[in-house]
Amino acid sequence: MHEVDMTKCLVLSMNDWRQQHNPAVPVVSQVHLQVGDFTCVEPEQLVHTWRIAVQNSWLSGAELSIEQIPLVARCVCCSSTYSPSADQAYQSPCCGHPMEDIVSGRELRIRSVDYSLNPELAPLPA
Amino acid sequence: MHMPLEDTLGLNLLAANQHQAEHNREHFDAWDLLCLNVMSSPGAGKTSLLERSLAALATDLSMAVLEGDMTTQLDADRLEAVGVPVVPITTGRACHLDASMVSGGVKLLRQRLDPAGLDVLWVENVGNLVCPAEFEVGEHRKVALLSVTEGDDKPLKYPVMFREADCVLITKTDLLPYLPVEIERIEAHIRQVNPRCTVLPVSATSGEGLADWHRWVQDQLAEHRQSRAGTPALVSA
Repeated sequence: MHEVDMTKCLVLSMNDWRQQHNPAVPVVSQVHLQVGDFTCVEPEQLVHTWRIAVQNSWLSGAELSIEQIPLVARCVCCSSTYSPSADQAYQSPCCGHPMEDIVSGRELRIRSVDYSLNPELAPLPA
Repeated sequence: MHMPLEDTLGLNLLAANQHQAEHNREHFDAWDLLCLNVMSSPGAGKTSLLERSLAALATDLSMAVLEGDMTTQLDADRLEAVGVPVVPITTGRACHLDASMVSGGVKLLRQRLDPAGLDVLWVENVGNLVCPAEFEVGEHRKVALLSVTEGDDKPLKYPVMFREADCVLITKTDLLPYLPVEIERIEAHIRQVNPRCTVLPVSATSGEGLADWHRWVQDQLAEHRQSRAGTPALVSA
């Protein structure tokens, strides 16, 4: 359900980004996100709410592509990395130490935007 | 013909909320108050705990509450009865408070009092173990509650909330004799996802553990003010 609010935040960020290209309106084909597994986001839901949110807007037709980033933690005792799981209570397989340092998996990031500028509307190069 | 382009943003997905949260925090810092975001599942005992804690801490501290609720003002009425100013924030269908809702609540609060006179601003979030974990509101510390009746597996099922918390209160400990749960197991599961947080067992009914919890609040306030001493205010009140 909070994916709706996350989508709203995403659209606001995209509106800010669009201002850089004024007065041209970029035609966005794809927005690339990175979403960690250790977040409260369901990627499929995000794609669904995005499609509804951008209908009839300047982002209409833009697809969301989501790269899922696995949860990786670093063991504090031997510095090796491991993939924690709820079944193992997130503990390090080497010493049973709790999950202290998270290396990846908390990402909620707009990585990049694929777009084109209509040359007829684009400003002349300086 | 269109030319294909790519912009690298590397921007937080929740950047819009983050900006507002930072703006809220700048105000809180200018007023030299500590903002605590209190989160839990529905019925874990946030309001009951706050009733006791506000009454106990009011002798030493000046406080106010922003009370998030989906549809009603029931919780706000309960807390107002303690004698602490409460601003209800009805979120409608939203299952969490976001930074702009809290900003709206602060505006209403300012019509009633000068926040610069406050020591602690409590934000009681909407009952939910998932969404509030990702939406910062400008708080300085996050407090999560887990009642013993919810079972010892919840920190593993909803790990993000417990990972983000600075303090986890295990509530309703007066019910332990009637339940097949062990407090040590609950605490161990919290520690597995967050070894650094403070874990305190409490009961708003019997009063067990409340003194330790209130000391934690006082300590955080002192620590927060000390860490900010000498830092110039960024915004005027």
